[in-house]
Amino acid sequence: MLNWLPRPKHAAAARRDIPAGLWVKCPRCANLVYRKELERGLRVCPRCGFHHRLSAQDRLALVLDRGSFVETDGDLEPQDPLGFVDEQPYPARVAEYRRRTGQAEAIVTGTGTVEGARAVVGAMEFGFMGGSLGSVVGEKIARSADRARDHRWPLVLFVASGGARMQEGTLSLLQMAKTSVAVARLADAGVALVTVLCDPTTGGVAASFAFQGDIIIAEPGALIGFAGPRVIEQTIRQKLPDGFQTAEFLLQHGFLDAVVPRAELRATLGRILRLANAPADPGAAGTGAQGWGEPTDRADEPPPA
Amino acid sequence: MDRDLAEVEREIADLRRITTTQQMNLGEQIAALEARAERLREEIARHPTAWQRVQLARHAERPRIGDYIAALTSEFLELHGDRAFGDDPAMIAGLGMVDGRPAAIVGHAKGRDTRENIARRFGMPNPEGYRKALRVMTLAAKLRAPVVTLIDTAGAFPGKEAEERGQSEAIARSLLEMARLRTPIVAVITGEGGSGGALGIGLCDVLLMMEHAVYSVISPEGCAAILWRDGSRAPEAAEALRLTAHDLAEFGIVDEIIPEPPGGAHRHRDDAVAAVVESVRRHLAACARRPEESLIAARYEKYRRIGRVRRGSAEAAGTTPAAGGQAE
Repeated sequence: MLNWLPRPKHAAAARRDIPAGLWVKCPRCANLVYRKELERGLRVCPRCGFHHRLSAQDRLALVLDRGSFVETDGDLEPQDPLGFVDEQPYPARVAEYRRRTGQAEAIVTGTGTVEGARAVVGAMEFGFMGGSLGSVVGEKIARSADRARDHRWPLVLFVASGGARMQEGTLSLLQMAKTSVAVARLADAGVALVTVLCDPTTGGVAASFAFQGDIIIAEPGALIGFAGPRVIEQTIRQKLPDGFQTAEFLLQHGFLDAVVPRAELRATLGRILRLANAPADPGAAGTGAQGWGEPTDRADEPPPA
Repeated sequence: MDRDLAEVEREIADLRRITTTQQMNLGEQIAALEARAERLREEIARHPTAWQRVQLARHAERPRIGDYIAALTSEFLELHGDRAFGDDPAMIAGLGMVDGRPAAIVGHAKGRDTRENIARRFGMPNPEGYRKALRVMTLAAKLRAPVVTLIDTAGAFPGKEAEERGQSEAIARSLLEMARLRTPIVAVITGEGGSGGALGIGLCDVLLMMEHAVYSVISPEGCAAILWRDGSRAPEAAEALRLTAHDLAEFGIVDEIIPEPPGGAHRHRDDAVAAVVESVRRHLAACARRPEESLIAARYEKYRRIGRVRRGSAEAAGTTPAAGGQAE
């Protein structure tokens, strides 16, 4: 058991990607916010409500019951199948991001509970190469789906990614297919996938598991879309309206179930996990009256191996 | 070398214009240049670089989906509309008779000329294109008919309306449903395999790829622009992305490479189309003999294996505690 996730306020103190300083300028309202106040407020601007990005670690600490998280596959590393070199070799770039974020890859996966409800969880780390979908991210998501299927616990994915990882070429593209076959199996087993779209959710990640959720919620203001706004503006040769491709825009167009402020995320997920829970016995689903009225008690189940 | 070729071709065109406008006889010079162009073309055809293959894959004279459908089927019924918003001319979908048995055929539709290309959005689908394709694939599963997908697109269309109507959702759903579609899927990359827009109809049991086709996570131009802030370094990016049929066969992504006529599919279109048709029919016949359950299981295994990871030490990651990973 690894109960290594501290509460958000402590985790925030250890963040490495923010330069030291007592004050943070909010990118939306431009107000200076006292850093400690921002961290205490779940990194939501107290002046304008702007949701600053959260690291994977802070995200899990925010939503999971304290001490419930058990990490899985934390030791998976990428290879360099293409021998890709841009300004520096791909392995050097990976090493740099590991140092910078303190994470092994662009997703942290494991199991945990939210308000007592069990789930298999994955939280993407945007700070790690833009949360890009390399082989490791694809493999960890596929394994998480398989694990969710085995345990019959819902799979919850916190998405924050710019899309594919160029440095892994077509192998990266096909992680969209790989995660899809795993999610399809999970669906066929009658276990729910819940996705939480955070800023940003775009490209190949949006076009695969992010929008394959049975229930899809998003954080306020998150950028969500297939093509990036700049690419669209170049294509149509006009400026996009304000609020285009935001979580609120997608909710309005029918692509999200809800936009959930960070302060309510944990409670909302707890509710979702209680209501979207699959019966432990797959045969019990939809068999009539016996399936109702008796909530399955999962507390007796053994913890994951 | 392709730059040399382009230059020679331009000179030929110039001389031809002069011949007609100035009434001069430049036949000898033109013939010499033609011979030089032909030598260059053959050289390129023998050993095309990755970037030259990108040019071949995008060639305006390459066979189009209509050519393949005409050769593959004895009759074809095109179906229209996604039953929700509209009909996307960038995607063609329908039922066709292949070797006396019905099959669904879906694929990107690039145009033959500028006018058709504009009408068909250069083969770059909107969400309703993917939804139409999925509707017809689902129909095929219901009819126990196999699916053939023909891939040739620069990508899904990056437009305002595409976003409003859920381009991501359309492709994501297509992938999810293709993963569990209860009928064989044979996919062929005939030209450009552009990223998610290609994969959106590309999850399959057998992936065939024409010799000079390419399949990439991003266009070489886009890759160069992001990595080096210089789109003109696309030839370098094309090499680095390992997007050729041979590279992808090596990675276990492509199951069979379909040879093209010397110089590329556009030089002998009928031969190129015939080679694709032969390969598709052979694989459809092989798939038809496989039981449905094992087909879906094999599809899962096929994609589950794709990717390159290794076990490392979690200590290297810094704050993540050691031994955090669990062996499966």
